[in-house]
Amino acid sequence: LAHGGGGRAMTRLIEELFAAAFDNRWLAAGDDAAAFPAPAGRMVMATDSHVVTPLFFPGGDIGSLAVHGTVNDVAMGGGRPLYLAAGFVLEEGFPLADLRRIVGSMAAASREAEVPVVAGDTKVVERGKADGVYISTTGVGVVPEGVAVGGARARPGDRVLVSGTLGDHGVAILSAREDLGFGTELQSDSAPLHGLVATMLEAAPGVRCLRDPTRGGLAAALHELARHSGVGMRIREADLPVREEVRGACEILGLDPLNVANEGKLVAVCPPDAAPALLAAMGGHPLGRAAAEIGKVTADERGFVEMETAFGGTRLVDWLYGEQLPRIC
Amino acid sequence: MGRPATAAVGGERIRVRGLVQGVGFRPTVWRLAREEGLTGEVGNDGAGLWIRIWGPEAVRARFRERLRAEAPPLARIEALEVESLGSGPAPARFSIASSGGGTARTGVASDAPVCPACLAELLDPGDRRYRYPFLNCTHCGPRYTITTAIPYDRPNTTLAGFPLCGDCSREYADPGDRRFHAQPIACPACGPALVLRDSEGRPEAGDPVSGALAHIRAGRIVAMKGVGGYHLACDARDPGAVPRLRARKERGGKPLAVMAANPASLERWARIGPAERDLLGDPARPIALLAKRGRAEAELPGIAPGLAEVGAMLPYAPIHYLLFHEAAGRPAGTGWLGEPQGLLLVMTSANPGGEPLVTEPDEAHRRLAGIADAFLDHDRPIAVACDDSVARLRSDGRRLLLRRGRGHAPRAVPLPRKGAPVLATGAWLKNTVCLTRGDEAHLSQHIGDLANPAAVRAMEGAAAHLEALLETAPGAVACDLHPDFPSTHLAHRLAEVRGLPVVPVQHHHAHIAAVAAEHRLGGPVLGLALDGVGLGDDRAAWGGEMLVVDGARYERLGHLTPLPLPGGDRAAREPWRMAAAALHLLGRGAEIETRFGHREGAGLLARMLEREAACPWTTSAGRWFDAAAGLLGVREVCGYEAQAAMELEGLARAQPEPVEEPGGFRVAGPELDPTPLLEALLEEPDPARGAARFHAGLAAGLAEWARWAAAARGLTRVVLGGGCWANTLLAGKVRRRLEASGLTVFEAEAVPPGDGGLSLGQAWVAVRSLEED
Ligand SMILES: [Fe+3]
Ligand SMILES: [Mg+2]
Ligand SMILES: [Zn+2]
Ligand SMILES: [Zn+2]
Repeated sequence: LAHGGGGRAMTRLIEELFAAAFDNRWLAAGDDAAAFPAPAGRMVMATDSHVVTPLFFPGGDIGSLAVHGTVNDVAMGGGRPLYLAAGFVLEEGFPLADLRRIVGSMAAASREAEVPVVAGDTKVVERGKADGVYISTTGVGVVPEGVAVGGARARPGDRVLVSGTLGDHGVAILSAREDLGFGTELQSDSAPLHGLVATMLEAAPGVRCLRDPTRGGLAAALHELARHSGVGMRIREADLPVREEVRGACEILGLDPLNVANEGKLVAVCPPDAAPALLAAMGGHPLGRAAAEIGKVTADERGFVEMETAFGGTRLVDWLYGEQLPRIC
Repeated sequence: MGRPATAAVGGERIRVRGLVQGVGFRPTVWRLAREEGLTGEVGNDGAGLWIRIWGPEAVRARFRERLRAEAPPLARIEALEVESLGSGPAPARFSIASSGGGTARTGVASDAPVCPACLAELLDPGDRRYRYPFLNCTHCGPRYTITTAIPYDRPNTTLAGFPLCGDCSREYADPGDRRFHAQPIACPACGPALVLRDSEGRPEAGDPVSGALAHIRAGRIVAMKGVGGYHLACDARDPGAVPRLRARKERGGKPLAVMAANPASLERWARIGPAERDLLGDPARPIALLAKRGRAEAELPGIAPGLAEVGAMLPYAPIHYLLFHEAAGRPAGTGWLGEPQGLLLVMTSANPGGEPLVTEPDEAHRRLAGIADAFLDHDRPIAVACDDSVARLRSDGRRLLLRRGRGHAPRAVPLPRKGAPVLATGAWLKNTVCLTRGDEAHLSQHIGDLANPAAVRAMEGAAAHLEALLETAPGAVACDLHPDFPSTHLAHRLAEVRGLPVVPVQHHHAHIAAVAAEHRLGGPVLGLALDGVGLGDDRAAWGGEMLVVDGARYERLGHLTPLPLPGGDRAAREPWRMAAAALHLLGRGAEIETRFGHREGAGLLARMLEREAACPWTTSAGRWFDAAAGLLGVREVCGYEAQAAMELEGLARAQPEPVEEPGGFRVAGPELDPTPLLEALLEEPDPARGAARFHAGLAAGLAEWARWAAAARGLTRVVLGGGCWANTLLAGKVRRRLEASGLTVFEAEAVPPGDGGLSLGQAWVAVRSLEED
């Protein structure tokens, strides 16, 4: 790709590529803005910028990730995602073939999720000013009547559930980036969760909180919920679903699966009496087969997130400031 | 009214500062004055103790001398200030004034072991306190652990709920009695009592002491409530009980402390000379690390496996003496305590899962369920949980405190000078907090590793308790640079709530400052900080640092050659990973799989090292020890913190001196590179000789490096700080070399060299930095 202000050939190339891949009437119309009818009810909107190394990894690439990430953010607001907009920042010299591949996978993800990309923009920046490609996506959706999920709604005694195994995405990315040869078992879990969320809200409309444990992993998600709700959390290590191969990779890499990113998992908090129905509904959905109840919400003004360890002790679950820094003195 | 005042004589007012309240000082003054025929008055006030005496100058001088020499055992005089009252009519007699107003600024005493007089009563069948486990007097007994608030008066202790009987009231009120104003005074008629309970918490009939001993003799594990918390006790010589205790406590190979009736009872298993005897008998009654004799490994196999030392302590609470007394067949008097006794108890802190000590019966029955077969409980509440202190002798005969707990807390550490009050929150492992007031640093008792919520709450509680006891609110909060320590979070939270500045202090700067503060060193010093890891100001994992420290400032002159840390903290628990890292550094990465092929993931680890994936770099000295232990086959995976280094030291100690130094080291300007040392060890078939060679070589390298730095900066004082200096073999070697070069060496003594002493260093750095603002 060549960078440059609006070289006509360049612009047409990209427009054609996108229009063909996403193939919908809004893009075909060629306007700068997409117009669509607003359904009744509350709207939700979310935006996310996607930066990942490597761009292609087992189980996905930056294109599918850009769709899933924002679709999931809308879904975690209790919303049914309707439309997406995408902004691309491309580095000069980025291979066109790679761009085609990314756009293709993004289009496939959007079709699978049934959420069209209705507006977009592309900028090409000088070599060295970006790392290949960055994609920002924004999504809008509608929240069904009677649904009220939010990060500040957890109450002591509530149950905490996760939709599946932890750490798959982060470990797959690390393995692919460093070429450590863990084998092919490690795959990103990147997936759109709004279908699962719809199923969950139907079975248990009283769900209080939903959160996708992406960057910072489950630990960060639980801490955010605890902080916003002014409560603590107590989870059980023995009940955390973690794939054997992920556990093994974490052992050797010295990572805690609780701190590792996921892209197709969610955490739910619900009142105790709703937990059985919710868990059953999750387990019946293809993206929730390994769902588990992992702990409960506690009354704790300090907002401690603690874990009963497999050995019967209790330890604090860290909310890391950034990357995991060595600390054993 | 009394008799008229006698003829005019000289008088003076004496102000006694220090730890002089709640320790029986007033009656001592009263007795000495009467013996010397002086008249006047003694009293307490907010600044300490005041005395007015009248009499001939020579007699008054002798009185002052005796005051210093015969001060009560728990007192600590910091200053005697004398002011003449001229001459005038003297009062007719000497009297004790009741406590005046004002704030007691003299601190709370540490807990003290049973004094000889109380011990004699305890074992005297004719005494009204015969076999009474809660006897004490102004010279002994619990202090810090029972104090809920100041001033130190009975209502502010956990004995508030025990009204005194007539006999105790009389003793308490009589200035001539050893129990005059002994706040925790108690007797069988009015004080706390022991109860023996079964594993379900049901009281057991019969005498609690003989019942508990019967359980121990039957191989069972008894949870015993003591002074600062519960111990788990069992028969140390029972081949079934010790492994059972280990298994139930899930303690891995971590050493267990033992308690014996007297030093003579320990001599079979440990080398005990005069210095060891003194250490065991210290008023803090620490767990003393004693060199094992050969037969210890075979006869006490599960006590301190693989280590060269065994941790032992003597009885300090009456209940301990009663157990030994029972085992000896309840002889009358104390004579039997001069003879070796057969009973050897394991006495390990009851802190399941690494959480803070269990202190009260309800909690014990809950948290120790499945661990203890019986509970020896009592109803004197523990206000402050306090672990046993742990101490070791240095190679130069001085003492080194490794854990500062009962008997030492909350004794103040005098600072080089006065400053603003600062609270410091420590780091992560073996944590303590520290509050300064004036020119004193008040270090909390050992709190433990901040890995669980209970320990974090204990840290917050300890900080609040210090503030209350000292009536001091900090003007700044100091903490570590590490963003993910709960101690750092606490510092920021307190600072935010109270609108105070936070002073983040680099970890190794704090280590050196702690030792410098303890020795009251001003001006720049060379700091050789060796430990596990602490975050550097470049966010890298430091741990083998040559610093110039001058108050609030430090400069990093140099460091050990960095090692990759494959898997981060995981590598600190698995020395084989550090061995692999060393092989990689030596260009012998291909050997990782041949040497460690039996370890799962060895091949993957080799690839991680090649690609520098999940391999942060560290200059940690501790990890160099791990690498040596891993390469020598001493230890591949640690069951507890610093196990590999402790075992390596133990092996090295057993080797005859002098030790042949291996291939050496490189001092390349600011960097000390021990890789040639490790390369030489690769061909060493004997792990013990290898361990000794490693110590000798590293000490030589460290000394040369320090000499280079001292010459480069024109400094002559070298301060050794950081957890690696708990290794007295290494410290002794380095010290001797540096002293031979004309340098002066300062080591930790009363404050642990490792992270247990870090809060002191943080506080001192913060005090200094506030001065500069
Ligand atoms: Fe340290
Ligand atoms: Mg997101
Ligand atoms: Zn006494
Ligand atoms: Zn009494």
